[in-house]
Amino acid sequence: MYCSKRDRKVAIIILIPFLAILFLFVYGFIGWSLRVSFSSWDSIVPNMKSVGLQNYIELFKTQRFRTDIRNTIYFTVFFIMICVVGGFFLSYLLYSTLKGEGIFRTIYLFPLSLSFVVTGVLWRWIFSPEVGINALYRMMGFKASFGWFTSTHRVAGFNVALIALIIAASWQYLGYTMAMFLAGLRGIPDQLIEVAQIDGAGEWMIIRKVILPIIKPITFSAMIVLGHISLKIFDLAYAMTGKGPAFVTDFPGLYMFETTFRGNHYNEGAAISIVMLLLVALVIVPYLATTLRGDAE
Amino acid sequence: MKSKRSIHILKYVLAIICALLFLFPLYVILNNSLKPFSEVRISEMWIPAKNPSFEGFAKAFDKLMQNIINSFILVIPVSILSMVFGSVMGFIFAKVKFRFNKILFALVIFGMFIPYQSILIPLVRSLNKIGLYGSLGGLIVTHIVYGLPISSLMFRNYYAKIPDELVEAGMIDGLELWGVFRQVVIPISMPTMVVVLIWQFTSVWNDFLFAVTLTQKPSIQPITVALQNLAGTQVIEWNVQMAGALIAALPTLFVYIFLGKYFIQGLLSGSVKG
Repeated sequence: MYCSKRDRKVAIIILIPFLAILFLFVYGFIGWSLRVSFSSWDSIVPNMKSVGLQNYIELFKTQRFRTDIRNTIYFTVFFIMICVVGGFFLSYLLYSTLKGEGIFRTIYLFPLSLSFVVTGVLWRWIFSPEVGINALYRMMGFKASFGWFTSTHRVAGFNVALIALIIAASWQYLGYTMAMFLAGLRGIPDQLIEVAQIDGAGEWMIIRKVILPIIKPITFSAMIVLGHISLKIFDLAYAMTGKGPAFVTDFPGLYMFETTFRGNHYNEGAAISIVMLLLVALVIVPYLATTLRGDAE
Repeated sequence: MKSKRSIHILKYVLAIICALLFLFPLYVILNNSLKPFSEVRISEMWIPAKNPSFEGFAKAFDKLMQNIINSFILVIPVSILSMVFGSVMGFIFAKVKFRFNKILFALVIFGMFIPYQSILIPLVRSLNKIGLYGSLGGLIVTHIVYGLPISSLMFRNYYAKIPDELVEAGMIDGLELWGVFRQVVIPISMPTMVVVLIWQFTSVWNDFLFAVTLTQKPSIQPITVALQNLAGTQVIEWNVQMAGALIAALPTLFVYIFLGKYFIQGLLSGSVKG
């Protein structure tokens, strides 16, 4: 777009303070955290003496942190899987049955407007071993003794206590993938489907050969967004379960918060936060690079 | 033809079953928040309230009143300023060509994906130094700054779709870029303004991490922290907890139900591409 030299100058002068503050708060602070993570600041009094990578080495030796990483990986995989498959299922139901779509969409999506804390408080009672689902089973005459998020069972390294958290998180975010997919499905030209139908393709065939390839990029974006949410998960676990017995429902976010602000182990907390940042960057940076390069004007 | 119809019916049935699955937690929350304390029994969470009462609501409201006010004091200025700053930044990134435009914008956007834990220690220290730690003011500043990426992204995506000719025509009429922004662009920015307002309202209302880290005194804590504290006590007054959860959820639920279209728009633009 045409823009005079003077206009451009004014624009840049306006932009600079915004960028200065934002970059200070983002990159300046990340740099600061990085320094803390290399320091020996292990009490209320700051001590920036460097100990190199010592804090990271210690961290990865800690049982708690190892459990956290494992929990994060399992949680992320199941959370994404349920949201993508379930979200597509819901969106396709709405796409192919026309009447009442608005109501269904509103219902599937409403949990997303809630705070993770509200979700956590609510689902904690639902999965509470004495009160919730178990009591419902007992009312129906079954024996129910599953500990849900208090269970310390483990299957192939997967803490089954996470199931309760995965269900609650999926309840909240299924609507998100549903909305993404629905927007994508709405964008498919009717003629394309009609042509396929004339060629004799059944519904299943159309889904596989026409719809899925078209919505593949949406699936990818959805996975990235969900993935970075679950890598950062904090509120939900904090409100619903806490770290749990033997850290069965613990995550790096909880560990960082507790060790830093309750235990004053600033160096350890900073190291955890940097590991979290690296995990998120691993997912987000390639995504941002391809997306922003893609929409050149 | 017959099988086609039965498939159609099956889809409806499935859609309804899914809807019920989504709604059953709502039954739990409503049912139990309406129970008087005398009906709160461990084995009876699922049984409908026999004598519905507002006892739980009254108690929860009493305990959370101040925190609801705090949340509004927090959310209103943050939403409005996010909208103002976001539109300025978004406009410049969308319509002014300068060196490093794209890379700078990418750096801005990255700010909305970072785990905030990675800036929390310096944030607490800095706010402490300038006397804003532990106050709503500090929380307001924090949310405005970290809201800049998403707000400017939403505006930039919107402005990128406005034809350059429209802006250029304004300049031919003798306006400067800034004048065009105010007189031509702002009046057609209404939809995105609503999206950003709603988005920031919802996410700041629902925020927990910043709130729990930056506010210690119960009297200035936002609603999410107060709710967590209320629910964290081991007393089994879950009628009060459920009522509290519902009260905390109501403002954003209202926004969602009445302005859902804009809410969804915001949601979809969160994935970078407009």
